[in-house]
Amino acid sequence: MKVILRYPKREVEIAGRRRVTDLLKELEVLPETVLVIRGSELLTGDAVVGDEDVIELRPVISGGGWEGRP
Amino acid sequence: MRCRKCGESAALELRRHNAAFCVPHFTEFFRKQVREAIHHYRMFTPDETVMVAVSGGKDSLALWDVLIEEGYPTVGLYLDLGIFDYSRESREKCEAFAAARRQRLLIERVDAAIGAPIPEVQKATRRPTCSACGLSKRYLMNRAALTHGFVVVATGHNLDDEAATLFGSVMHWQTDALSRQSPALASTHPKLVRRVKPLYRLSELETAAFAFLRGIDYIVEECPFAAGATSLAHKEALNRLEAASPGVKHNFLFGFLEKARPAFERGQDVQLTECASCGQVTTGEICAFCKLADQVKRRSTPLTRSSGDPSQ
Repeated sequence: MKVILRYPKREVEIAGRRRVTDLLKELEVLPETVLVIRGSELLTGDAVVGDEDVIELRPVISGGGWEGRP
Repeated sequence: MRCRKCGESAALELRRHNAAFCVPHFTEFFRKQVREAIHHYRMFTPDETVMVAVSGGKDSLALWDVLIEEGYPTVGLYLDLGIFDYSRESREKCEAFAAARRQRLLIERVDAAIGAPIPEVQKATRRPTCSACGLSKRYLMNRAALTHGFVVVATGHNLDDEAATLFGSVMHWQTDALSRQSPALASTHPKLVRRVKPLYRLSELETAAFAFLRGIDYIVEECPFAAGATSLAHKEALNRLEAASPGVKHNFLFGFLEKARPAFERGQDVQLTECASCGQVTTGEICAFCKLADQVKRRSTPLTRSSGDPSQ
């Protein structure tokens, strides 16, 4: 399957079926820090993904701009 | 995984609630959390026009979307920070969002107010970029609301933002910051508008999922200056704790708000005055924004003529 990652944006190829939870573990991504997107749907950890899939792991974390005090 | 409400296929698992929801029940859960936040802190009434500070990111556009759907009169405020392509793209996202929903969007340019765009402010003052940016945003939000006659400004701060801010304040025992941290800051001066954070009950994962499922076209790329920001380090630490113990961020923030904040609030009694230079509210003679603008003016004249990528 093709997995799209960001920061920096890149793609990795991974072979074989596995659960989303296991895919995230392999890529060392904490589960609640990304949306797991396949097409127009979100996948939960127990969903199984395979060779034909294109999966985007979209980070949900943003930050920076509100730091500092007046 | 099945939706807790209807048993259909779930789109999102919320470990801190030990639940999973399908798309319709997740969006309903999301809106209910926003309604609860508005109600609990009496953030605004249905008659008040809410100025929503939008950045083009998932949180602020998700917030604007919910408030529109809930029937609140709103107006968007976009602060153009002048951060290269990032600002251009985020502004376009906000303009497209507002146009599609027939909402009014006000735009304020930071360089017009301070004398230089944010990247040049950092070069001129050597103040950390996020710090100067945050200061400028708070100042310009308040000024814009006053200028246009709005009494309340809503920002898209979520549970993770608030937990990370709290974590940072506790790490350094910044008691003044702890006394000020709240989902709703009342107007304590005629020139200080109410500031509210209706997403404080919702995690970053939840706001991102909501924005995605609602088809909101938000800017996914991060601000080029955010890399290495302290708030991100704090979020990372909290996310590791959350992975090991779901709900820990929620308990940290809500425990503070319910049990600890009142104690810090009692210890602070700040006198507010008006800045001798611009007339906005401050605790001293000259406000921090005017001091920053003055620094920029004195030090950056040659620099403001140049522009370039921050990585260069």
